[in-house]
Amino acid sequence: MEFLKNIFNRKPTSGSVAKDRLKLVLIHDRANCNTDLLEMMKNDIMQVIAKYMDIDEAAGMDINISQTTDDENKTVPVLYANIPIKNMRKKG
Amino acid sequence: MSEVYVITSGKGGVGKTTTTANLGAGLALLDKKVVLVDADIGLRNLDVVMGLENRIVFDMIDVIEGNCRLKQALIKDKRYPTLHLLPAAQTKDKDAVTPEQMIKLCAQLREEFDYILIDCPAGIEQGFKNAIAGADKAIVVTTPEVSAVRDADRIIGLLEAAEVRSPLLILNRIRINMVKRGDMMALEDVTEILAIDVLGVVPDDESIVVSTNRGEPCVADNESFAGKAFRDICRRMNGETVPLMDLETDKGLWTKFKKLFGGGQ
Repeated sequence: MEFLKNIFNRKPTSGSVAKDRLKLVLIHDRANCNTDLLEMMKNDIMQVIAKYMDIDEAAGMDINISQTTDDENKTVPVLYANIPIKNMRKKG
Repeated sequence: MSEVYVITSGKGGVGKTTTTANLGAGLALLDKKVVLVDADIGLRNLDVVMGLENRIVFDMIDVIEGNCRLKQALIKDKRYPTLHLLPAAQTKDKDAVTPEQMIKLCAQLREEFDYILIDCPAGIEQGFKNAIAGADKAIVVTTPEVSAVRDADRIIGLLEAAEVRSPLLILNRIRINMVKRGDMMALEDVTEILAIDVLGVVPDDESIVVSTNRGEPCVADNESFAGKAFRDICRRMNGETVPLMDLETDKGLWTKFKKLFGGGQ
């Protein structure tokens, strides 16, 4: 496929450029207006993980929505969470 | 049962007022009792789009402040026996009304009309909050541009937060030849992003400019493509199942249009 693309060397249509730009902009917009939601999710996730492992709560947890590219090279939103763990096994 | 619709978009200039005027006239053509409420206080325009600007005596603020009775402020459109307009005040600003007053006004209008269509101002501030306060349903108008769809997305979020559930989409000013060559987002692109139900698609049509110049909604013009699109939308609002862009007209243009937008339906 890459070979064919090179032969024709076609630029993406402006319509598809518009759609991609729009998706990117909306990932930011939607993430920004949901800070309360993110905070609620963060607390829920921490509770679940704390059932099985010792979380280092002092180190703090980082959760946010950013973007990545999927197999087809399309931009998709991704939920990123960084949870420091003290001990993999929860003490009785 | 009367229904209160707010026609909104976030971004200005996408065709809210033109849509409101055409849906109002179109529903009146279906013998429904309709009132159009211009909620754009200070920047009223629905009156000129409707060609009723010379007949305004009282406005919405006069009704709310009790300077006149509701009946006195309603302008009867002589071309459509069941269509009325409640104009906005031009000399006040958006803070002259509160959401509670709008809810009360809508309740009064419900007694009289089948459809109450509120033309929302652009933006997300007080004017928007007032316009949606008394509404049961929302119609989000957008054009296939990044800026307009982005604002529509924000508006959909705010409508949901305000518990105006399941807004419906009208995609305005579609240019089918541009969609075909990939230089304009198609309906599918927009619905994929916004994830709301589609009420209709309106083509970019010179007849809109002509009819707005004259102050005559193009929904009554049988020659107008956009007018046909608005008539279809009105029938859908009235509960009929009308396939999207079921437009069999001359020169094959609409056949192509249909293929692109509703071929599978």
